Amino acid sequence: MPLSDDILKRVTFLVGSSDTVSRIGDVTGIEPFGEEVTEFLNDVSRELLKSPAAKGYPDVVTFGFWLRKASVNKLKERFVTDGRIRLGKGVVFHIAPSNVPVNFAYSLAAGLMTGNANVVRVPSKDFPQVRIITDALSSVLERYEELKPYVICVRYGRDSEINDAFSSVCDMRVVWGGDNTIAELRKSPLPPRSGEITFADRYSLAVIDSDSYMSAEDKDRIAQDFYNDTYLTDQNACTSPMIVVWTGSRISDSQEIFWGRLHTLVKEKYEFKPIQAVNKLTKSYLASCALDTGKISHEDNLLVRVEVNELTEKVIGYRDNSGFFFEYACSDIRELIPICNDKRCQTIGYIGDSSVFMPLIASKVKGIDRIVPVGRTMDFDLIWDGYDLPSVLTRTIAVE
Amino acid sequence: MDFEKISSIPPFSLGKEEKEKMLTKRLSELTEFHRKNCPEYGRMLKSIGYDEKEVRSYKDLPFLPVRLFKELDLKSVPEEEVVKTMTSSGTSGQAVSRIFLDKDTSANQQKTMVKIVSEFTGSSRMPMIIIDCPGVIKNRAMFSARGAGILGFSIFGSKRIYALDDDMKLDVGGLREFLEKYKGQKILLFGFTFMIWQFFYKELLRLKEEGITFDLSDGILIHGGGWKKLISEAVSHDRFHADLKDICGIEHIHDYYGMVEQTGCIYMECECGHLHSSIYSDIIIRRGSDFSEAPAGEPGIIQVVSTIPESYPGHSLLTEDEGVVLGEDDCPCGRKGKYVKILGRLKEAEIRGCSDTYAAK
Repeated sequence: MPLSDDILKRVTFLVGSSDTVSRIGDVTGIEPFGEEVTEFLNDVSRELLKSPAAKGYPDVVTFGFWLRKASVNKLKERFVTDGRIRLGKGVVFHIAPSNVPVNFAYSLAAGLMTGNANVVRVPSKDFPQVRIITDALSSVLERYEELKPYVICVRYGRDSEINDAFSSVCDMRVVWGGDNTIAELRKSPLPPRSGEITFADRYSLAVIDSDSYMSAEDKDRIAQDFYNDTYLTDQNACTSPMIVVWTGSRISDSQEIFWGRLHTLVKEKYEFKPIQAVNKLTKSYLASCALDTGKISHEDNLLVRVEVNELTEKVIGYRDNSGFFFEYACSDIRELIPICNDKRCQTIGYIGDSSVFMPLIASKVKGIDRIVPVGRTMDFDLIWDGYDLPSVLTRTIAVE
Repeated sequence: MDFEKISSIPPFSLGKEEKEKMLTKRLSELTEFHRKNCPEYGRMLKSIGYDEKEVRSYKDLPFLPVRLFKELDLKSVPEEEVVKTMTSSGTSGQAVSRIFLDKDTSANQQKTMVKIVSEFTGSSRMPMIIIDCPGVIKNRAMFSARGAGILGFSIFGSKRIYALDDDMKLDVGGLREFLEKYKGQKILLFGFTFMIWQFFYKELLRLKEEGITFDLSDGILIHGGGWKKLISEAVSHDRFHADLKDICGIEHIHDYYGMVEQTGCIYMECECGHLHSSIYSDIIIRRGSDFSEAPAGEPGIIQVVSTIPESYPGHSLLTEDEGVVLGEDDCPCGRKGKYVKILGRLKEAEIRGCSDTYAAK
């Protein structure tokens, strides 16, 4: 399916135009972390950080900071190290998840930093964040004529012909949005040399060392961090812990303080709909029938905790969102093997010492792609979900 | 306290305190019975630390989300005692509830419904027009909510016809003949709210233009199934009444609220437009934040309790509907008990997250 006028008519351009996109086949990959791109991103960062509209959206501000020259240069230092010659693969077609407002922007920036031209399908839902970011991109692009074909943001409904068309001209396809979206996009063929990065459905956990927690100074900060990891995305991001595993010698003291502080915060900040209460009650009863559960704490509906006496892979099937946590008291980190030995297992958020997980990794589990401190599970990085994006989105030229 | 004794009490005769005492006794006993006889129910109660000694009122008893009946086969009698399995009518692809009935529960459902409905229609049977197609009850092995509703109400009909054929077309000749034959008698009409509007009212409207009219001023219409589809067509309760009266003269129209998970205990609309709970059941409105009881006037999640279910643990259920209690014991129609308004399904939450939700679209 070529990029015909008929197809392009069904596409809304938030950044770029049908004219820029129709010339995309001629665009070539450029040097990763090149000067012009770095300057461009820095200007976008300025535009966002000075925008009054962006102030109300912490996710936009965080993205703005990530684009600063200093931050991009740090990434460059980390990823441009081996002296090999690399170029962007060419055209990257991104499908952003429909219910996370700024994810599309990170995906786009990763593609751009690594030297690629990008066509990004933004969420179909009209998030204000999307508009703020695409407006900033468009306005800064006016000063970067040559980068125009490299930054294109589109919106369209579920339309397999449009998917076909963009897939047929891309060198890499990046699909967010989970298993169903991936299945949908797989129906659109890719050219023989093109590749694909897929962000499938994942689940994550938190491991808290109770002794470290009890000695931590700022427990309110920890509550806020954990809130950001979970409730901020309805505990439904692939990175949100579904289970909290407690280690160490002061578990019950820690639990009381940890959940207490979190609950106060949730009560203050979290917007909660009655149907979420019904969903969580349903899930907790289903779990009690299928798993070896201990107490289910359900004194109010904002925070539901289901104690499990045994960590088996069955627990994964009973996860829910909006503040629904399994809890397990662990005496040996290898007890986590059953729930980590699954390709869907993604992030471990921890409080304590990350070296305790080494025996777990040494046990050759199928899962675990990230081990990061609590509060940083959502921080986007160019190493994500097991992919080293600068490596996957570039081609390496062998010179002997 | 057995159901026999409860069912001997007239449906709208008990005031708040008496009703609460009776419900607390019966529903506590049912909770205990199901805890012992339905293993899954027992595990659920254990997981929340249920202690019957802490129960002061039936309002303190646990409630199961109705969705559990779609996920699990919950029953409190041995398989061989199940005489009927009812299913909810889900749209294709959706899971349906499965409700297991033994002889007693099934009989008590029917008996209860007769008691409640008779309070509105009188106790004698009447010629009955079912505003649906005969096909809907053909498969007797698996009862759909629509089929169950029709069969349930059919006991009020001395003679019955289906007003629609299996293509959902109005049987004009049959209807005319039936009305001719029973002229001057009170006629019962029954159907699902949306079906009545779509396939009956709209057809009568069309026929009127051709000069064909029907006189149903002696009719009494009972309808249920909810307003969702009609609201999307901007048809309000008042318009439904006014337009139906206009087209065929029918004045006695009663909505009802009920569900397959608690068949028998329906909530009938009185002359004042209020849905009433009988003494055999009750509605409690719960807050989403902590499931505490919301006072009259405050909308919330509808919990329903019923004194009937013995073969399955469905005596206390949390629905996915939203409603509000309008008052108790003081409806101008004279019936005692709570009267409520149903506000429709709970609103879906737009959950954030990385995985797109295709099913919802």
